[in-house]
Amino acid sequence: MNWEGWKGVMAVAAFLIFVPLIGLIVLNLPFGFLRRFAFAYALTLAACQAALAIFLPLPLWNRVLMPFFGLETLPLSVDRLSIVLLLSVAITVLAALPVGYFAARGANRRFEFVCLAVLAVSGMNAPAMVHDLFSLYVFIEVTTVSCFVLIALARDKDGLEGGFKYLVLSAVASTAMLTAIALLLMTSGSTSFMAVRAMLEGNSSIMAKLSIAVFVVGLFIKGGVVPFHGWLPDAYTAAPAGVTVLMAGIATKTTGVYILIRLFVSVFGKVPHIQSVLLFAGALTIVVGAVAAFGQKDFKRMLAYSSISQMGYIVLSLGAGSALGIAGAVFHLFNHAVFKSQLFVNAAAVEEQTGTRDMDTMGGLSARMPVTGATSVVAFLSTAGVPPLAGFWSKLIIVIAVWNSGNRAYAVISVLACLLTCAYFLSMQRRVFFGALVQQFSQIQEARLPFLLPEMALTLITIGVGVFFPRVLDTFILPVRAF
Amino acid sequence: MTVNLVLLSGLLIVACVAVMKRDIVKAAIALALTSITLSAFMFRLASPLAAVFELSVCGGLVTVIFMCTISQTKPLVLHQEDDEELNTHGWRFAALPILLLLAAGVLARVPIPVEGLALPPATPGADVRNVLWTERQLDLLGQTLIIFVGFFGILVLFKRGVPGVERTDAERMKRAPSEGQDLNSASANEETASESATRG
Amino acid sequence: MTSQMAQLIRMMTIFIPLLFIAGLYCIVVTRNLIRALIGIEILSKAATLLLVAVGYVSGRGALSQACVITLIMIEVVVMAIAAGIIVNVVQHTDSLDRRNLENLKG
Repeated sequence: MNWEGWKGVMAVAAFLIFVPLIGLIVLNLPFGFLRRFAFAYALTLAACQAALAIFLPLPLWNRVLMPFFGLETLPLSVDRLSIVLLLSVAITVLAALPVGYFAARGANRRFEFVCLAVLAVSGMNAPAMVHDLFSLYVFIEVTTVSCFVLIALARDKDGLEGGFKYLVLSAVASTAMLTAIALLLMTSGSTSFMAVRAMLEGNSSIMAKLSIAVFVVGLFIKGGVVPFHGWLPDAYTAAPAGVTVLMAGIATKTTGVYILIRLFVSVFGKVPHIQSVLLFAGALTIVVGAVAAFGQKDFKRMLAYSSISQMGYIVLSLGAGSALGIAGAVFHLFNHAVFKSQLFVNAAAVEEQTGTRDMDTMGGLSARMPVTGATSVVAFLSTAGVPPLAGFWSKLIIVIAVWNSGNRAYAVISVLACLLTCAYFLSMQRRVFFGALVQQFSQIQEARLPFLLPEMALTLITIGVGVFFPRVLDTFILPVRAF
Repeated sequence: MTVNLVLLSGLLIVACVAVMKRDIVKAAIALALTSITLSAFMFRLASPLAAVFELSVCGGLVTVIFMCTISQTKPLVLHQEDDEELNTHGWRFAALPILLLLAAGVLARVPIPVEGLALPPATPGADVRNVLWTERQLDLLGQTLIIFVGFFGILVLFKRGVPGVERTDAERMKRAPSEGQDLNSASANEETASESATRG
Repeated sequence: MTSQMAQLIRMMTIFIPLLFIAGLYCIVVTRNLIRALIGIEILSKAATLLLVAVGYVSGRGALSQACVITLIMIEVVVMAIAAGIIVNVVQHTDSLDRRNLENLKG
């Protein structure tokens, strides 16, 4: 990882933070007619980001385009890991925006949703590009705080409850992160990645281990890793439709496991004791999430526990410590963004059509909502790791990485958990979509277009990535290994 | 050195008062006092700008936010659970000073390799204002973003009219006397529950 | 390292964890929503104190002050939004008790 020469170099990277901000300011000027463009603006932003992430070659990301009021000296740069995150953010936002916009009631609510989503996007793009621990903290807070407001957007009692629980636990996590940053500042003299990395190289003092451990605990809380996952099911269940897609798809990942990956790759390196903590926490999360998902009646709550379980896979893979493990973690991060957003979009469509989230009252909805039912099948097969879908490949890489690192037991656990995942998802599918059509829902319609388009697009991505896996491997995953 | 000790102990004691005081208004004032003490200590640790920030923002603005929230959320009728909460308050929070003393005892024994701490060489003459504007520009950008988030948050959360709850103060007062009576309380509760269910 | 500095570090290692414990205790034990905010504030003060002490001890006063200023800013926004949420909750339930917010369970 070559950080040299980043000072004075800057370009496309910064625009991903500035353009949303400037657009936001423009949209909020006191001219009424500007509000109509909010949704189109946000969609264009996300689409451009996705296009850039896929097509722009890496060197061009970091080249100076033009001197722009002295802003070109900002220390931002992009590497392969960042591109995966930027792409995941773009795809999730493209799915969450139509769902959230059209599910919200009232023009004001819709406008506020779009503005907050744009702010969250700025907050999520930045951690991919900064080189400094404290700046990382600042932008994590930007994302987290916009999520507080988004969860409570409808101001209903459940949303407020979910938002408040998230707020309190997130504040504790932020304090933990700040403590770790302060301790690292004390021993290394700076908060930049380079300086801290130099200090930690070959340093096995108690202070270094303590700082890393405290940081990891803070990130576990933010990312919803067991045993700190208390806020997550409540927040996901209570949030409005589009907000859950945004949060489950990318926001919780960006403020949690992505930062873990970034720190271990760029700053901490391989730390033996922490690796075993990661392995244990990852395995625990996988199992607890899967078991808890079994007993749920609420559709979204079950999906929330499933998200927790999948985060466990990412943490487990990171614990394996090898380059393959990191590649598996990154790939699973991307895959999870795609198939979990898909599942939550489906849940939102079902909730809108039937008016309930209680799976026990549903049945045979596939007869009236064929597209939703079919895409749901694809998404859950990908989650459970069934070939040739994308989820299978990422889980395979994770299992191989964990096996190769000598932790055979954990690898076996993760494979067994795949079976568990398949089981609870089949149970969900059977209860909700298959079987005989329940009387009270015999008149429902297929989901509206703003729900259908993201569903189909995300399914296509899942199938495409799975089928064209060799190509994806070469262009996206293998280069991430070459740190 | 004794000044530091006095300030730190004062800080801890006022913080404990803020946690343990039964009346929430007095607890908020104790929090403001904590800010003032912390600010004074920060002056002693050669951080004047941060101290001023702490004093004016945390000691001032946050205390005002607390007072506004408290005034907006004073329940009109003392519910049974609030009563119970106040009664058990003493027991639940009495554990704090004991816990702190135990922790202090443990921490004093922990050997800190004070001499072995590898501290980096000091950078001479760095001024906060310089550092903030030249090196930490990204943080300033982050602060701008979070101000916007705060703006939208307040816009969303403080607008008039909460969905599903069309209660004006007059309505709440009308309902309050009936809630106080034991005989009618059960039926009144059911009534309000079904009312809000049909409305929400 | 002078003995004064060493003494300061020793005092810090006792008082800062105590402040953390006080803040965490407050958040865990309280049933009043506003007192939970007080707990969050105390945790932030502990983090601020740690940052300033670290800056003083390691000679990086300017950097740590810049961090503290940003941290305080972020704290204020979080507090404002938390206040907003609490005011809305009270409009729904007319009580500040945390146990009224146990609707989502399982």
